[in-house]
Amino acid sequence: MSRFGNIFYLSVLFGALWGAIWAIIITLLALFISGLTFQPQVTAGVIAGVVAAALLVSQPMAKRTLGMRVLAGLAFLLVLVLASGAQPMGLPLDSYSAGQLVFTVLMAVVTVQSIHLTCGNLGPGHEKRYNVEVLCLRFIKGFGLVSFTIAVALPFFVMVMMSLKNQQLLLSNPLDFSIDFGQGFTALFRSYIELFTQYHFGTYLMNSALVSVATVAITLFFAVPGAYAVARLRFPGQNLLSRSILLIYMVPMIVLVIPLYAIFSQLGMRNTLWGLLFVYPATTIPVALYMLQGYFRGIPAELEEAGLMDGLTRLNVIRKITLPLALPALASVALYVFMIAWNEFLFAFMFLDNVDLFTLSRGIAELNSSEVPRQHLMAGAVIATVPVLALFLWFERFLVAGLTAGSVKG
Amino acid sequence: MQTSDTSNEGPPKGLGPLAKREMRFAYLLLLPTFLIVLSVVLFPLIANVWISFKPVTLGDLRAPAILANERLMGDLAAAGDEADIRYRARNSSRKSAIADVVFTDTIPDSLSILTVDDRCVSDGPLLRCDLGDYAPGQREDIIVRVAASQAFIDAPDDIKDTKPAFTFEPENILTNGDFTLDNFRRVFNASDFWPVLWASMYYTIAGTVGALVMGLFAAQLMNITFGGRAFLRGLFLSPYVAPVIAVALAWVLLLDPGPGGTLNALLIQLGVIDGPISFLGQRAVEINLLGLSFDFPVALTVVIIFEIWRYFPLAMLFILARMQSVSTDIYEAAEIDGATPLQQFRFISLPQLMGIMAVLFLLRFIWTFNKFDDIFLLTGGAAGTRTLTVNVYEQAFAVSNLGAGAAVAVVVFFVLLCFSVIFFKFSPEDDA
Repeated sequence: MSRFGNIFYLSVLFGALWGAIWAIIITLLALFISGLTFQPQVTAGVIAGVVAAALLVSQPMAKRTLGMRVLAGLAFLLVLVLASGAQPMGLPLDSYSAGQLVFTVLMAVVTVQSIHLTCGNLGPGHEKRYNVEVLCLRFIKGFGLVSFTIAVALPFFVMVMMSLKNQQLLLSNPLDFSIDFGQGFTALFRSYIELFTQYHFGTYLMNSALVSVATVAITLFFAVPGAYAVARLRFPGQNLLSRSILLIYMVPMIVLVIPLYAIFSQLGMRNTLWGLLFVYPATTIPVALYMLQGYFRGIPAELEEAGLMDGLTRLNVIRKITLPLALPALASVALYVFMIAWNEFLFAFMFLDNVDLFTLSRGIAELNSSEVPRQHLMAGAVIATVPVLALFLWFERFLVAGLTAGSVKG
Repeated sequence: MQTSDTSNEGPPKGLGPLAKREMRFAYLLLLPTFLIVLSVVLFPLIANVWISFKPVTLGDLRAPAILANERLMGDLAAAGDEADIRYRARNSSRKSAIADVVFTDTIPDSLSILTVDDRCVSDGPLLRCDLGDYAPGQREDIIVRVAASQAFIDAPDDIKDTKPAFTFEPENILTNGDFTLDNFRRVFNASDFWPVLWASMYYTIAGTVGALVMGLFAAQLMNITFGGRAFLRGLFLSPYVAPVIAVALAWVLLLDPGPGGTLNALLIQLGVIDGPISFLGQRAVEINLLGLSFDFPVALTVVIIFEIWRYFPLAMLFILARMQSVSTDIYEAAEIDGATPLQQFRFISLPQLMGIMAVLFLLRFIWTFNKFDDIFLLTGGAAGTRTLTVNVYEQAFAVSNLGAGAAVAVVVFFVLLCFSVIFFKFSPEDDA
C-alpha cells in the first residue's frame, strides 16, 4: 500500500475547490465592506488550496496539529501572493494594506480550517468506499452550508445595507456597502427618520400592530371553543369536520378577493380596518382550530373528567384545566397567527385606500415607485421585517413546535 | 343510564339526553367559527361563481344615484308674475336602472304653486313627485309653474335654499337578473389562456419540487451538530417568516438590471457576464443544446427560484422534525452491517421520509398553485410570469372587469378541486 492513496488525491481536489470558494467569498466580502474594486483571484486560490491541502493531508493523522495547520495556512498565503502576482485580491498590496492583510489572513484561516474539517481523521492512504463517501459528503455538506447561508442572507444583507446608503452612492457603485460611521447617528439612519416623520410609518406600525394583535385575540376567542369541541365532545359530523377544516385552508385567497371586494365596497366596509379584522380571522381560525385540536387531544381526558366530577361546568373545565395546560400551544398558535396577520399583503393592498389606515405591507407597497428613493423602500422593508423576525427568533422553539404540530400554511 | 331493563331491543337507538346535550354544546362552541367561515369563505366562493356570470366592471360597484339640479326659468318682476321651476333629474349610471324614484321639495312660501307635473302633488309649499322607474342613463325635466307674491318681489327667496330630496331604490348590479357567458368566453378565447395555464403549472411543479429538494438538503445539513447551528437554523427560517413584500422588494432591487442592481454588478465584476441581465423582465432566452434550440424562460425561472428560496425552510422544518424522530438504533445496525453513508440515506432515511415528503408535496403543490403575492410583487405578471392567480387580479382590477376576473377565479377553483380530489385520494392517514 503506497503512502498516498485515493483519500490524498480527493483531499487535494477539495483543497482546490475550497481555495476557489473562499477566494471568491472573502474577496467579495472585502469588496462589499471597502467599496474598492477587488477581483477574486480564483486560479491563485486553487493553487494555494492545492498546496495547503497537500501539505496538511500528506501528514498522518496524529501530526495534523495546530502548528501544522498554521504552517499550511502560511503556505497558502505565500502561494496565493506569488500565484496572483502580489495581488491576492486583484489590487496592488499598497492600497488598503491593513484591510488586505486582514482579509487574506482570514481567507487562509477559513480555507485551511475547511480542508481540515473535510479531511478530518482520514489519512493520506487508500481507503474503502465507506470513507471515500464520508469525505465527499463532508465536502458537499460544508459547501451546502456555505452556499445556503449566502443565498439566504444576501437579500437581507442588501436590504439592511441599502437602507443605510443613499441613492446617488448606490447608483454610482452598487457593490459599495461600506458604512461611514463617522457621519453620525441621524445621518446614518436618515431614511428611517424620514419614514417616520414624513411617510406616516408611525401610523402604519400602529395599524399593523393593532390589526395583528386583534386578529390573534379574535382567532383564539373563536378557535379555542371550536377546537375543544372537535377534540373532546362527541357529536355527529365530528370526523367530517376535523378533516374538512383543512379543505377550507386550501381555498385560494385570490378567489375570495373579488366577491369580498365587491360586497365590502357596497357595504362601505372596504376601506376600513374592520374589514381586515373580519377577513383575517376567517383565514386564520381554521388553521388555529386545527393546530389547537391536536394539542387538546394530547391532554389526558382524565384531568377534565376529574374536574367535571368535582362539579365544574364544561366552560369552567376549559377555562381552569384545559387552557392552562395548553398554554404553550396557545402561545405558538398566537405567534403563528400574528405572523400571518402581520405579513398579510393581498387584502391590505386591495382594501385600504386611506393613508391613515395603511398597514406596513400596504405602506411599503405605496413606497414602491420611482419617485421614492431606494433607501426609503429598503428602510420600510427593514421596519416591517424586524418586529416579526425578532419575535420569531425569540420564541423560535414555540413556533417551530406549533408549525410542525399542525400546519403547513404558506 | 338512559336505558331501562325493560327494553329488550338491544342498545338504545339515537342519542340519549346526555349525548344530545353534549352535541348541542359542541355545536354551540363551533357556531361562531361556522358563521365567520360561512360569511368570509363559503359565501364569497358562491358569490364569486355568481359574479363570473355577470357583466360587472369595477366602476359599476359605485351604486347609481339620481343627480338633480333645479332652476327658476323666467322673470319674476312684479307680484303675480308666473315662472317655471325646472327640476332636471338624471340617473347617474348608464348601466343600471333605478326603481321607485320619489322626490320631494319645499317651495318658498313667497311663491305659490299653480300647476304641477302629472306625477306630482302639492300640499301648500310641499311638493312630492312620484317619478316611477328610471332606465339607465335616463334624464328628464319636471316643471312646476309658480306665481310670485309681493313678499317674493320685496325679498326674493332663493329656491335653491331647500334642496330637492330623492328617495329611490337603486338597482344593485350584483343582484339584478343580468347574466352573461361573455366572461368565460373572454377567458377561454384569450390568446394567452394556454400560456397562462402552462406558466401556472410550470411554476407550481418546479416551485414545489425545488422547495422540497432544497428543504431535504437543508435538513441533512441541519441534522449534523456544530457550533452556531441554532443561529443558522434561525437564519434559514427567516425567508419564510419575513413579510413577503419586504423580501420580494429586496429581491427586485437585488436583481435590478439598471444601475444600482447588486447582482448584475457583482456578476460583471466577476467577469461572468458582459452586460446586465434583466432577470425579472426578460421573457426567454434561446439556448442551443446538442443542436436543439429551445426557449428557456428567464423571468419565470427567477420567480420559481424566489418561491424555492422562500419556502424551502418549511420543508426543512418538517423533514428535520421527522428525521429527529427516527431512532438511531437502525442506523447503528446499518453501520455494523457496513452500509456506507449514501446507502444509509438511500435505504433508511429516504423511505422513512417518504410519508412526510408526500404530504408536504401535496400541500405545497396546492399552496404554490394558490400563490399570488410573490409573483405579483416581483414582476406584476409581466414577461411570461402571469399565472392563473395573477390573471385573476389582472382581469378584475387592472382591466377593471370584475366579471372576467371572477371567471378566471372559477377556473382556478376548478383546477384546485381536481388537485384536492387527488390529494384526498392519496392522503396518508398519519398526516398530522
